[in-house]
Amino acid sequence: MTLVKVKDLSVNYGARSALTRVSLSIESAEIVTIVGPNGSGKTSLLRAIIGAIQSEQGSVTKRNGIQIGYVPQQLHIDATLPITVQRFLKLPHGATPSEITQALHHAGVPDLSASQLSHLSGGQFQRVLLARALIKKPDLLLLDEATQGLDQRGSASFYQQIERVRQDTGCAVLMISHELHVVMSASDRVICLNGHVCCEGTPAVVASAPEYRELFGTGTGGALALYRHEHDHGHDHVDHSHDHVEVNE
Amino acid sequence: MFDDFMVRATFAGIGVALAAAPLGCFVVWRRMAYFGDATAHAAVLGVALSLAFSISIFIGTVAVALMMALLVNILSGRGYAMDTLLGVMAHSALAFGLVAVSFLSGIRIDLMAYLFGDILAVSRNDLSIIWGGALVVVLLISWRWSALLTSTLNEDLAYASDLNPKREQLVLTLALAITVAVAIKVVGVLLIAALLIIPAAASRPLSRTPEGMAFTAGFIGMISSVVGLRAAYIFDTPAGPSIVCVAAVLFVISSGLRLLMPSEK
Repeated sequence: MTLVKVKDLSVNYGARSALTRVSLSIESAEIVTIVGPNGSGKTSLLRAIIGAIQSEQGSVTKRNGIQIGYVPQQLHIDATLPITVQRFLKLPHGATPSEITQALHHAGVPDLSASQLSHLSGGQFQRVLLARALIKKPDLLLLDEATQGLDQRGSASFYQQIERVRQDTGCAVLMISHELHVVMSASDRVICLNGHVCCEGTPAVVASAPEYRELFGTGTGGALALYRHEHDHGHDHVDHSHDHVEVNE
Repeated sequence: MFDDFMVRATFAGIGVALAAAPLGCFVVWRRMAYFGDATAHAAVLGVALSLAFSISIFIGTVAVALMMALLVNILSGRGYAMDTLLGVMAHSALAFGLVAVSFLSGIRIDLMAYLFGDILAVSRNDLSIIWGGALVVVLLISWRWSALLTSTLNEDLAYASDLNPKREQLVLTLALAITVAVAIKVVGVLLIAALLIIPAAASRPLSRTPEGMAFTAGFIGMISSVVGLRAAYIFDTPAGPSIVCVAAVLFVISSGLRLLMPSEK
């Protein structure tokens, strides 16, 4: 069943175009990952799906009554705002104690409910954000670089958690990630975005697609490689001339 | 019992403290202190216009404060840093207000009463306006509390929960305009922002939840009003500034408490 259908979506910020005629759909219970260089419109796409950006052209259609859980890129909690994890999880529509316990359990941080949000470590914080996204039993989980600022072990275990969540709750997952090695193993489908959809398909298909290789290189089997390219491959309708540096392992 | 001017003044102070507490918390959390200042300063212009057109001062100040706040919302993000924009708006509004007042040659008005408040002259009618306005602000903020809190934490989280953070911003703007209008008689335009910010800031070290902070701020605001008025009576000092002084002392005490229990909050 299709949860979200994006059709010919274009988003502009003033003269700069962030997304050009992007179409994609998310089916229930699949894990889809969006990869793409900085400034390729990944976050804009997610924000358009949650309704934070009203698109001028194209459409975003969500299944009726869909519950969406959203984990933002980073959340800065002002030090002047005291709030416990428990209180945070109740925002904005309330939650029962058992829902809170269950969500924290699913997110892998069962003991944090009484802690102050500002006292959590980066990894704990991301898991609490995940717990909040899980509270209303979402059909679709949206993650915007949810492991930013975590070390490699932290982010690997975070993605394992996501996988477990999908198994336990059957929700679909749409995530943005920079960590290609994780993405390639954990996703059912990968969408390579660079203002437009460059290519999409199973990880194996995408990894061998020329557009993907042009963006991320071919991978060098574990060795550290630094790719740098002037990005002007053959899609002439979008002007994106940025340097792109990607560290691959 | 409202025949005694001290009783009326005390209740006026408590009414304003109740409205200012939850609103002040949002002003602190959202870093809107300057915004509060700008809105309050615009109220002088509202006073002048109300007198010129002989309409209710409450209506006039709410309208001008609201227009000021909306103007800031519209102009923000158009080339000037927010604090520059607010600095321009706050002081221009005050200056235009003072100039406008000077045109009102036919009417004798006591400018000092609007700049620093005149809580001892609060009438029964003023008192009902203050409590009416305070009630509206408290109800408005309680009604939108969760949505406001979510929008304050992160706008995208709010959108993802089917809320509109822009609408919540308008709710706060409206609450601020009403608070300014009811507080003008109590502390005057120059010290309204103090009444918003100081009790909220003083309650921060003593709170673990947003709700706790709002209630504590209300309590601190009420103590400041009562003690400040009493002190003004005993030492024959100006009432509005005395209230703010007590709030400031309470802020210092609560900050000291925070140092004594560093790991707790």
